Amino acid sequence: MTVAVINSGGANLGSVVHALRRAGAEAMLTADADVIRSADRVILPGVGSAGAAMRALDAAGLVDVIARLEQPVLGICLGLQLLFEHSSEGNVACLGILPGAVERLAVPRQLRLPHMGWNQLDWTAPDDPLCTGLDGSEWFYFVHSYAAPLDQAVAVSTHGQAFAAVVRRGNFAACQFHPEKSGPAGARLLANFLTG
Amino acid sequence: MVAVRLIPCLDVRDGRVVKGVRFRNHREMGDIVELASSYRDQGADELVFYDITASPQRRSVDVGWVERVAETIDIPFCVAGGIRDVATARTVLHAGADKISVNSPALERPALIAELADAFGSQCVVAGIDSIREASGFRVRQYTGDPDNMVDPRRDTLSWVEEVQRLGAGEIVLNCMDADGVREGYDIDQLVLMRAHCRVPLIASGGAGAPEHFLKVFEQADVDGALAATVFHSGQIHIPDLKTWLARHHIIVRS
Repeated sequence: MTVAVINSGGANLGSVVHALRRAGAEAMLTADADVIRSADRVILPGVGSAGAAMRALDAAGLVDVIARLEQPVLGICLGLQLLFEHSSEGNVACLGILPGAVERLAVPRQLRLPHMGWNQLDWTAPDDPLCTGLDGSEWFYFVHSYAAPLDQAVAVSTHGQAFAAVVRRGNFAACQFHPEKSGPAGARLLANFLTG
Repeated sequence: MVAVRLIPCLDVRDGRVVKGVRFRNHREMGDIVELASSYRDQGADELVFYDITASPQRRSVDVGWVERVAETIDIPFCVAGGIRDVATARTVLHAGADKISVNSPALERPALIAELADAFGSQCVVAGIDSIREASGFRVRQYTGDPDNMVDPRRDTLSWVEEVQRLGAGEIVLNCMDADGVREGYDIDQLVLMRAHCRVPLIASGGAGAPEHFLKVFEQADVDGALAATVFHSGQIHIPDLKTWLARHHIIVRS
């Protein structure tokens, strides 16, 4: 099993590679279009801002490459947000693989931003392959201030407002949390991605 | 609902974990990766590593052990110690740290926080603040890792808490120095005061000695996490037991 982890220029992409290797996959961090196209699985990670990540993908000539991938693709955190049409973080056009726009979380005064810490999911599509062996009791690690709408969600989480915790459209799925930093629950979700 | 975070703090000196009392008399606690793995297995929600000799010695953190931790650990961890520019921060983050914490170097040059937030996003940037109680109020201290070189940067803690947020810090760890290492409880008064001026996550540090101290700081100071060292390292408090006990007292914990 080969997994291409797309190098979108953000920090801490190594943790995703480590987690995939712990899961037994042959993972590589790459911005090479041929390597990405030929991998069994592709991960679009991302830490940082939407604008910087889109500029990095554009500069590497990967915007169309990603949109045309046919193998299972998993976006992580900012990688989820990049799959949508637009992000209000920096007011940038994103990949447009999923319809809708990413907006800043609207939280009441007593809640903190970023939404940083461990939170739970409500699986609204429990038959999704990523959900195998997970029942909503597990905790996942989130760090974000922007979030995607619920239309494409297969799992929902709440911080002041409900937002998409896991989304799917065809072979493209993505999670707002960091499975590579979510202990055993995150390892299970990554294993589901590798085997599903 | 977000769970509160229980955060063992591992003070690192020359590649080993150490712990002192009131920032002095450091004793060796063990190997970094072994201790980190043990805490991960116990259900620690996050780990913080402070390279306590880096800032006083004006050198930055050694990233070799950061990489070893990142290969093994699947929970978030933060690295602090002598990070004084974007290039060093990038090295630490690329080695696998999720966040970097800046303390003394941010007091030397506050713009560092803004530069780090611009480069990596606020979610990666933690402001560590060492605060001491004086007659005039709460005041910041610098280079606390080495008592002989500790400096009074002449800053009020509350105004520094507000300034680091304006500059782009995504989280604040407030170490209340009067409480640190003496295990008589977190400095609730000080944390309540800072909480009221803190929009980003606030982590309490210094003073944990008993399960009741954790309950009190979450109930009364509304902090997002509690950091502790000695009570965890000594085995006096076992994290799974603490979580069970806190859950019974209606604190939301990750089980």
